Amino acid sequence: MTLSTRIIACLDVDNGRVVKGVNFTDLVDAGDPVEMAKLYDSEGIDELTFLDISASVSNRETTYDVVGRTADQVFIPLTVGGGVRSVDDVDRLLRAGADKVSINTAAIARPELISEISERFGNQVLVLSVDARRARTPSGFEVTTHGGRTSAGLDALSWIEDATSRGVGEILLNSMDADGTRAGYDIGMITRIREVSSLPLIASGGAGSLEDFAAAIEAGADALLAASVFHFGIHRIQDVKKYLSEHGYSVHTGSSL
Amino acid sequence: MTSDPQVAREAAGLVVPGVGAFSACMEGLKKVGAPAVIADRFRDNRPTLGICVGMQVLFADSDENGIHQGIGMWKTSVRKLQSPILPHMGWNTIEPSHNSILFDGVEGESFYFVHSYAARETHVGNATYALHGEKFLAAVENGPLSATQFHPEKSGRAGLALIKNWSKSL
Repeated sequence: MTLSTRIIACLDVDNGRVVKGVNFTDLVDAGDPVEMAKLYDSEGIDELTFLDISASVSNRETTYDVVGRTADQVFIPLTVGGGVRSVDDVDRLLRAGADKVSINTAAIARPELISEISERFGNQVLVLSVDARRARTPSGFEVTTHGGRTSAGLDALSWIEDATSRGVGEILLNSMDADGTRAGYDIGMITRIREVSSLPLIASGGAGSLEDFAAAIEAGADALLAASVFHFGIHRIQDVKKYLSEHGYSVHTGSSL
Repeated sequence: MTSDPQVAREAAGLVVPGVGAFSACMEGLKKVGAPAVIADRFRDNRPTLGICVGMQVLFADSDENGIHQGIGMWKTSVRKLQSPILPHMGWNTIEPSHNSILFDGVEGESFYFVHSYAARETHVGNATYALHGEKFLAAVENGPLSATQFHPEKSGRAGLALIKNWSKSL
């Protein structure tokens, strides 16, 4: 009886369509989110994340519809993030069928939002998404906003400690330096955050080779998130799990049903 | 979905899901008279399935944010898990009880857990265990009253098979 390392696919959704850019700047259309969710489910993904990058409120309505249609057809955990600013936003996403909600910019702007959400729904629904990059801060990593373009003026490690004390249930650690490079997860950053956090830690940004996934587990990640390597078919989900399993890591190799 | 105690009392099967903190969940259940409904259904041999916090509230109490009383169908307690990483989040295997109805055909499968608190033992019913830092109750089957600490509705095909096993008992 061992908890498996989770493999998570992330779909960036804009106005109901999946997009994924390299370093968040040029976006490439990669399909319908509901169809992709079903495909990943059938291939054995452990969890799905939708990141809503829609700019307008009307596009967000489309997101609720996409979340609802996905939850009707895919019976694995679904996290939705992007543009979550209030307890009501969380309420709507959970009612639409999301299991967890990730927050980022709004929590930086107003950290009290974290406790407001966790007091109402429990910390297990709340994922703190941290877009971090290397910088001259006490931990060597700083928090950024706007897809890594702007410094939030926060040290990544102290922000995670602050948010943890306010009531988040999981950390999604996105390396802005590694994102889109396929050159490997930021192992130094994962190691540094693992030292101080006892929350489940999702490594994100930089997944390229199969060895990269194993290296992130060694550094202390509980879950491994990837987007483009899955969306563009560089690795199938089962290839990643087979590799990890053969190298002695506990993974959910899928139902035999 | 209902908050009408009469509908809940007479339904062929009742699912008690639970999200959020133990005390908030208990307050919500008390508001709609759910503790009496669950006790009545047990007495009348009508199937009830508790899920996650909906399992925890069936025990005597929990130490989540101070000690809070549960419905007390089972007399043991829910306590914080002793593990370096909490919440226990993700797919884990289980050690099913002998003669389990719920786990028939899915004994070797993994299920999706999200929780920091759990009961360790039960004096009644069949116990199914899981491990995260320590051994805890992943499920209890006590006549018409069953419960799972994990989320069968989020556990893919294995979870759907478990729900099917339960619904056969209705």
